[in-house]
Amino acid sequence: MSRTFDTSSPTTTSTDEAKIHYLFQLADNALIMGQRLCEWTGVAPELEIDLALCNIALDHLGQANAWYEYLVEIYPQATDVDQLAFCRDEHQYYNITLVELPNGDFAQTIAKMALFSIFNYYLHDALRQCSDARIAAIAARSYKEIQYHRRYASNWLLRLGDGTDISHERMQKALDIVWDHAFEAFTPSPADHIMHQQGIAPDLEQIKALWEDEVHQLLHKATLSIPDTGFTGYRAKSDGVHTEHMGYLLAEMQYMQRRYPNLQW
Amino acid sequence: MEHTTSIDLEKRFEEKIARELKIEPKDWMPEEYRRMLIRQISQHAHSEVIGMLPEKNWLTRAPTLRRKMALLAKIQDEAGHGLYLYSAVETLGVSREQLYRDFLDGKAKYSNIFNYPALTWADIGVIGWLVDGAAIVNQVSLQRTSFGPYARAMVRICKEENFHQRQGYSICLTLARGSAEQRQMLQDAINRWWWPVLMMFGPPDAESKHSQKSMKWKIKRASNDTLRQKFIDQTVPQLEYLGMKAPDPHLKWNPERGHYDYGPIDWEEFWNVIRGKGPCNKERLRTKRVAYEEGQWVRDAAIAYAKEYN
Ligand SMILES: [Fe+2]
Ligand SMILES: [Fe+2]
Ligand SMILES: [Fe+2]
Repeated sequence: MSRTFDTSSPTTTSTDEAKIHYLFQLADNALIMGQRLCEWTGVAPELEIDLALCNIALDHLGQANAWYEYLVEIYPQATDVDQLAFCRDEHQYYNITLVELPNGDFAQTIAKMALFSIFNYYLHDALRQCSDARIAAIAARSYKEIQYHRRYASNWLLRLGDGTDISHERMQKALDIVWDHAFEAFTPSPADHIMHQQGIAPDLEQIKALWEDEVHQLLHKATLSIPDTGFTGYRAKSDGVHTEHMGYLLAEMQYMQRRYPNLQW
Repeated sequence: MEHTTSIDLEKRFEEKIARELKIEPKDWMPEEYRRMLIRQISQHAHSEVIGMLPEKNWLTRAPTLRRKMALLAKIQDEAGHGLYLYSAVETLGVSREQLYRDFLDGKAKYSNIFNYPALTWADIGVIGWLVDGAAIVNQVSLQRTSFGPYARAMVRICKEENFHQRQGYSICLTLARGSAEQRQMLQDAINRWWWPVLMMFGPPDAESKHSQKSMKWKIKRASNDTLRQKFIDQTVPQLEYLGMKAPDPHLKWNPERGHYDYGPIDWEEFWNVIRGKGPCNKERLRTKRVAYEEGQWVRDAAIAYAKEYN
């Protein structure tokens, strides 16, 4: 059986297709977030941070794995987890662009992690109570981990924002760099929309309100200002149109599966 | 009131060692014993930390999600071992900060093995199987070392190292049962790692300058050559099970000795790598130094924040 991956069209019409697309959104967010965090291994500012970032990366890879396993069960085109994780083309990944942005310095990684994990926290809080038992179960397990990611990133954001002049400046700059990409989380994809109608996914407007509340308070406490919002039209999670960074990330991540297709590892 | 003289203290120390009792951080110990321990445990800690780098080289390219997670978990364990060993050595009255700076300045040693490159995915299997395997042989013997915190660290660490070794062997086994290309990849990795791994046990007993005193004080519990032989004896059957070969034409079972004979080790290579002239010495240290320097502002910010709010 071919392990390359074909999808006719990313436009979702039926409920089944919407659910599959929605699961890809969740899985790909976790996978790409985890992949980026792996890059920190061995070069973090101190050994304790190394350990924590490994731990958080591992949580994300585990979450991705759980979502892909579910996809393998319900998606006729899927053969196994690794086909889904490694054998798709760039436009078939539906993560939000925020998670694929480069790590940058530690401040930028923290900015990404804070904005993402606060969103992820409210999203999973809603999903763990949703009507789809399987989604609820995976979300409930992930929720506990995401609580920790949110706390870890928020604590560092506070320390860096309100630490020294240098760290303050770096933290502010980092937020400016990643800020616009966060809003993609709240722009409903067709799948978000249908899943919300089905009573599974939450209303992203509500999640956005919770997110803004928390992020604004956090930035205020960290003596940081809210960046100006620029382009908010990123929609990789809807149609797989990514930033320029994604191709390099995939080239690295998919190297083995591309170079040696159809083998066991 | 009774006066304890330094002679009494030394006698008490030697007695404890003789009776296989553990020396604890608050106990009196000869300065040289303390120095030897600081050197050995900190070298061990640095090795755990720098050993993350060759494996990291394949973390972002791991071929499957399961392997990626297992490798990440292994690397996380190694970071934990580093932290654990740094705390053990701090009980001897040195600061981790100072030790780490010495390491970055090239004043402290770490295991030679991490100065070799991890070039293919098969290297990740072979590192887990052979490098962690060799570390286990050494560390199992150190579970009986005379310094309490070090012995206890070894007990805890060995459990995880066993897991790493099984994981590494599982990668090797999958490659051995795979395509011709995969088997070739595995054999190539074994060829490159075999001799450096045998060197991990250190120079031959006759040339090992720290060994005698270290054995007398029971810091070290078995000689370099003994441990090396033990490793070879247990590894050759695993190698054969994979259907792979060691790059050593002299490797042969010797029924009279009840051990495998092996060919001469290139000790010149060993001493060169020790002196900083291995393929990755400069690069590994530079990577850690740059990371440390680039992280300075983060550590400064954490300290400033803690001062203001704690
Ligand atoms: Fe965790
Ligand atoms: Fe270790
Ligand atoms: Fe290990």
